[in-house]
Amino acid sequence: MSDQQQLFKVTIDNITIEVPAGTTILNAARKIGGDVAPPAMCYYSKLEGSGGKCRTCLVEVSKGSEKDPRPMPKLVASCRTTVMDGMEVKNITSEKVLDARAGVVEFLLLNHPLDCPICDQAGECHLQDLSYEHGKEGTRYEFQRRTFKKHDIGPYIQLHMTRCILCYRCVFTADQLTKKREHGVLDRGDHAEIATFIEKSLENDFIGNVIDVCPVGALTDKTFRFKNRVWFLKPVDAHRDCPTCSGRVTLWNRGDEVFRVTARKDEWGEVEDTPDGKPGWICNTCRFEKKKTSDWVIEGPRLINRHSVISQGHYAGKVGTQMPTETFEAVNDGRKPKLLMDIHSVSEVNKPEVQLSLIDGPAHSKVFNQNND
Amino acid sequence: MSKKLLLEKAHVEGIRYFDVYRREGGYRSVEKALKEMSPEAIVEEVKKSGLRGRGGAGFPAGMKWSFIAKPEGVPRHLVCNADESEPGTFKDRYLMEFIPHLLIEGLIVSSFALGSNDTYIYIRGEYAWIVDILEQAITEAKNNGFLGKNILGSGFDCNIHVQRGAGAYICGEETALIESLEGKRGNPRIKPPFPAVKGVWDRPTVVNNVETLAAVVPIINMGGDEYAKIGVGRSTGTKLISACGNINKPGVYEIDMTISVEEFIYSDEYCGGIPNGKKLKACIPGGSSVPILPANLLLKTAKGETRYMNYESLADGGFASGSMMGSGGFIVLDEDQCVVRHTLSLARFYRHESCGQCSPCREGTGWMEKILKNIEYGNGKMSDIDLLWDIQRKIEGNTICPLGDAAAWPVAAAIRHFRDEFEWHVLNPEESQKRNYGLAHYADPIHVPVG
Ligand SMILES: Cc1cc2nc3c(=O)[nH]c(=O)nc-3n(C[C@H](O)[C@H](O)[C@H](O)COP(=O)(O)O)c2cc1C
Ligand code: SF4
Repeated sequence: MSDQQQLFKVTIDNITIEVPAGTTILNAARKIGGDVAPPAMCYYSKLEGSGGKCRTCLVEVSKGSEKDPRPMPKLVASCRTTVMDGMEVKNITSEKVLDARAGVVEFLLLNHPLDCPICDQAGECHLQDLSYEHGKEGTRYEFQRRTFKKHDIGPYIQLHMTRCILCYRCVFTADQLTKKREHGVLDRGDHAEIATFIEKSLENDFIGNVIDVCPVGALTDKTFRFKNRVWFLKPVDAHRDCPTCSGRVTLWNRGDEVFRVTARKDEWGEVEDTPDGKPGWICNTCRFEKKKTSDWVIEGPRLINRHSVISQGHYAGKVGTQMPTETFEAVNDGRKPKLLMDIHSVSEVNKPEVQLSLIDGPAHSKVFNQNND
Repeated sequence: MSKKLLLEKAHVEGIRYFDVYRREGGYRSVEKALKEMSPEAIVEEVKKSGLRGRGGAGFPAGMKWSFIAKPEGVPRHLVCNADESEPGTFKDRYLMEFIPHLLIEGLIVSSFALGSNDTYIYIRGEYAWIVDILEQAITEAKNNGFLGKNILGSGFDCNIHVQRGAGAYICGEETALIESLEGKRGNPRIKPPFPAVKGVWDRPTVVNNVETLAAVVPIINMGGDEYAKIGVGRSTGTKLISACGNINKPGVYEIDMTISVEEFIYSDEYCGGIPNGKKLKACIPGGSSVPILPANLLLKTAKGETRYMNYESLADGGFASGSMMGSGGFIVLDEDQCVVRHTLSLARFYRHESCGQCSPCREGTGWMEKILKNIEYGNGKMSDIDLLWDIQRKIEGNTICPLGDAAAWPVAAAIRHFRDEFEWHVLNPEESQKRNYGLAHYADPIHVPVG
């Protein structure tokens, strides 16, 4: 690469920055950060060829470039459009974009089962976040949703196609991280499905990464299935000397128990780079088989965005954030909530007497099991 | 009597075979092009001719050719799009079936102009018998020195390969076609890069429709300027129209683009009017993807001028009161046809053919079909009509490839022009199962407000 890389000036939502030529609008917006960065469900910077499909990152280009100031006639996928010098882009400042995005969210949710209460992805699901931020309340869809049978692909991974939004990230992952091409999309349109060709299992040292790239709960870790909710777990960075991969992972713990192992993810939900600049994909052994704290060298707690659901169970009342003062009764003129059932009476995980937010240190399974023995 | 350039000889006995085709003056353009012209000169002639792509979008062919990148040492390819799967369009099939050598001849000249030594015909899988016809024509051309190595001693090598598709409409979209040709799943690519820069195997590629490439033959024979004199304005040359629906004489017609829509439907030379003395209700003038028009707007523009069978006139009024030339599939509906049912059947088609890559098209096409089904079968609600409008609006322009638009436009146009028929279906759920709404005012010479 040449030393003096050309810099292009681009203005997104009235904020101007300079980025190297060849940068996409999305990546330029991510440099600015915050609300300016369009949401992306299918784009994954570490996967070549990804993006362009989900259409959530559509933006309006109100000025093409300094040389050719004409606006682009249609909204463009910011993840696949490179910036030009002097380009002006509208994301959240464009009515058109917000309208189209709300449409896309509605389309994505059309056939999505909304089984979040039993979905392992809940709490770290990009579709949940997207719906909260850009969706509308309620649905106008009055028909039966499409469903598929669940498939086990290999001993560790379950494919729940009903939840899939066909982002193709796993297809690119399987294609690019592994040697054989055995995983793809069959059929087309709204009946298209991700499949391993004729139910062949995916057996490969790195295939577990498809779980990490899946933006929804379509590909889940069978060793973690229904074990816990992610927001009850504490993410801890750890590493081990692994002959296959970098061995740099995040452990999701409860006390000393390792519930699951994932790659380390950055603020966009993508796998973080290792110090040598390569994506930190992890191998199946690290992910599925090293489930003891003694397997790992603990580095310390992983920093999680304070607004993330995952932070919610841990820090309120402890690290300066305030416990809510209003109670349900206070808000509802003294009426008590009418519950169909008390979730605590059936849940194995939650105990009413345990106030997660008031426990010192990580919540530990012993705390929950105390009363049972 | 209108001028014929492509199908003039299509019914000469034995024209399918090389000897007869050659005797009738075939392959003259190859001799002229390879012996007397440079590739640049051919591109120049095609530019002068004003020939517009016949595959649907109407993009000027000469201009497309001049965009092809020419990096040193990288082969270039010409691909002939014979995937013709749009409901109502069957003109390419006619041409390939009856006069296959015309296409081969056009391909040789075009390959020479573009520097393509390996040229591909991507043909829809269902046209199985035409594959044999084409293969035979290619073999004959090769045996007679018009294909293969050093054609006519010019030093130019060219081979034509026929590749069958597996039955997907989306593989007619040029980048999906390229993926499919490469042996992959036929998902449209995200543009840019355009095929002219990175096409088949990342090499510069031009994709053209069968009819476009066949039209290169008369252009070279008569000269671009002469060709441009036929037709009007930017609609030069002749156009194949496949007419179907409620007409007396369905079939493929070659027209010069100066005749009016009325003449095309009612004259005996073309469609021969509507059977059983029925009245014209509506028409889709350019294949299933283009907006449907009610009779009054079809025959006359919103300004009250006569509408002609050419690119500009059919598009007059934009989508508010016009339509498009599209791929030349002319579908006529008489007073006994139900627009709701018709729209439903198109929606079903697009739902089935969406490749499923992008969310608006994948989910939206299915949703529209379900709502239309409800309305058609007497379970519709008034709000469904507005909902349909909103769905199509959110698909259009927000997808990777134009199939999303193609799915949105027919629904939009049907609601725009036939909203009362949809409302009648909703308000009369039982009656609508037994009879059709009929002609209503669609043929009345009233001025339809734009909007
Ligand atoms: C969904 C879809 C289907 C298409 N199908 C065809 C087709 O069957 N035949 C064709 O010639 N062009 C088809 N096209 C248009 C092609 O993408 C392309 O524009 C055309 O082949 C270019 O040729 P032309 O410039 O000669 O018209 C289709 C486009 C779309 C979006
Ligand atoms: S618009 Fe439809 S057919 Fe075209 S790429 Fe998107 S999903 Fe596929």
